[in-house]
Amino acid sequence: MIRLQNIKKVYRTDTVETLAINGINLDIAKGEFLSIMGPSGCGKSTLLNIMGLLDEPSKGNIQIDSQDISSYSDQKLAKFRNEKLGFIFQSYHLINDLQVLDNVELPLLYRNSSAKERKRLATEALEKVGLSNRLKHFPTQLSGGQRQRVAIARAIVGNPQIILADEPTGNLDSAMGNEIMDILINLNKNEGTTIVMVTHDENMAHKTHRLVRLFDGSQVQ
Amino acid sequence: MLKNYFKIAIAVLKRRKFFTFVSLFGISFTLTILMVTTAFMDKVLSPDYPDLKRERSLYVSSMEYKNTKEGWMNRSDVSYYFFSHYVSTLKNVDKMAISSNPKASNAYVNNKKIVIAYKYTNADYWNVLEYRFLAGKPFSQKEIDNADKVAVISEETRKAYFGDASNVIGRYISADNVNYRVIGVVANVSKTVNSLSGDMYLPYTVSTSDYNKPDLMGPYNAVLLAKSKADVPKMQKEFQQMMRRVPIPKDFDRVYSNADPFFSSMTRRIAGDGANNGKTRVVTIMSIFVLLFLLLPTINLVNINVTRIMERSSEIGVRKAFGASSKTLVYQFIVENMILTFLGGIIGIILSLLAIYLINGANVISNMRLSMNLTVLFYSFIACVFFGLISGVYPAWRMSKLNVVKALKAQ
Repeated sequence: MIRLQNIKKVYRTDTVETLAINGINLDIAKGEFLSIMGPSGCGKSTLLNIMGLLDEPSKGNIQIDSQDISSYSDQKLAKFRNEKLGFIFQSYHLINDLQVLDNVELPLLYRNSSAKERKRLATEALEKVGLSNRLKHFPTQLSGGQRQRVAIARAIVGNPQIILADEPTGNLDSAMGNEIMDILINLNKNEGTTIVMVTHDENMAHKTHRLVRLFDGSQVQ
Repeated sequence: MLKNYFKIAIAVLKRRKFFTFVSLFGISFTLTILMVTTAFMDKVLSPDYPDLKRERSLYVSSMEYKNTKEGWMNRSDVSYYFFSHYVSTLKNVDKMAISSNPKASNAYVNNKKIVIAYKYTNADYWNVLEYRFLAGKPFSQKEIDNADKVAVISEETRKAYFGDASNVIGRYISADNVNYRVIGVVANVSKTVNSLSGDMYLPYTVSTSDYNKPDLMGPYNAVLLAKSKADVPKMQKEFQQMMRRVPIPKDFDRVYSNADPFFSSMTRRIAGDGANNGKTRVVTIMSIFVLLFLLLPTINLVNINVTRIMERSSEIGVRKAFGASSKTLVYQFIVENMILTFLGGIIGIILSLLAIYLINGANVISNMRLSMNLTVLFYSFIACVFFGLISGVYPAWRMSKLNVVKALKAQ
């Protein structure tokens, strides 16, 4: 599903050159649930961003769903992200000015779907994460766990094949973290969604199919 | 999609009330000034009582002598002699309204001083211009020939001089120690109709100065009326040809006078010079002024918008991650900005109506009544779109270039 070949990422400032990722090769199969672990600053998030086409590698090749996306224009990349990828972030990144329902509808705004259709799909997605009674709330009126569930609903509303989760349980206590983890596991099992998750939590990582460890930008396991 | 943009635009406006206030104040205040100015310009430039036949008219209001070798120049209004001796011979001039510049005289009524600005006119003045007579009638050629001391006065003068008296026809009004018999009362003329407004109109033959003195310069100006609109260019050409026959005064080598359409006659007064009617000059200066005037609040708005948009970098990151292209984001922010400017526009219109109401109420310029008409609204709308686009495009473009990863980290 995702194929990374010899990916390198170098951050340059005027004086310093930092190697964030140093030649990573990784194949992620369709329907796989993979977790990435490693100490802070080892390049986990950078790798995830590269997989999510949010960041460009300095070198190397990425294929997603057998498509080489390196030559894609901004417009084409945007469409690709919209249709194939869903994101979950540690700090949720909900738009506080919009109600829960509008937040979840967001990915559908960039497709040709009617307002009615958007509302139906968003309500369904919120039902899946158990928040169908919070449609008209604003994010600031929700708990951390609830916010992350809204973020998951937003990630799945467009029915993407891949979900990229950057420490989705990082800001939550263990009970809430487990709840979120259960939702992701079910999603992977029932819908066959490929999930790549960055985490610090060994327990969460062990619940996934495969664990990749990074250290100083290289894969060590 | 638009509904969603609208929701977020309103939410953002509510979030930082001070910023919103500054933006809206900037837009609405600038628009108000622009709208009141346009209303004023519209008043000055559109045909207005009593000068309603502008498309059939040409205006002669200046005489200029030049000595190109020495660089001397002499410029003034025109003599009665010039009109009666030269212009009256033109075939394409159907009628000619000649009037002098207003002269002020003091009158004392019940120990109160009132200033009466009086003008000398010919008989055709009343045929070319459509004065509304509230009482009486204008003076005739016969009264002019007899140099009868008769006067047509304005409604305002009637009130100031005679108080509430209902019928003043036949009564006497004194100016510069001469008594004139009132034979007509006309509705007030706005001061913006520059050369035609006056408090009292008298036959030119009662003038104390020698109106037949063979000189080209004097205190008069004229409105030349053609038979039809199509005859106006012919009339203008004939006037130019006639000017070649006018003898050049001693000590000079050029003489200029022009029959201009209304707008050119105004620009000639302000910025004209010899054969140049000053139109390009005036239009350029005014455009630069308007542009600068619009540019300052626009730059201010651009600044505020950049700050506001950068505050929303997390939202921008999320939208990009979920499939918004840079183009879509630019579109969103321009729409949001348009919503802001239209809100500012609506406030601006309300403020303008208020300002116009106050200006009219205070009678800032004598008898001028400004109004908000469709022309003014149209220009205001254009100004709104200008604001919205210019102040939205640059910040939106900067924002759309934001790196997603950095944008998401910013929170």
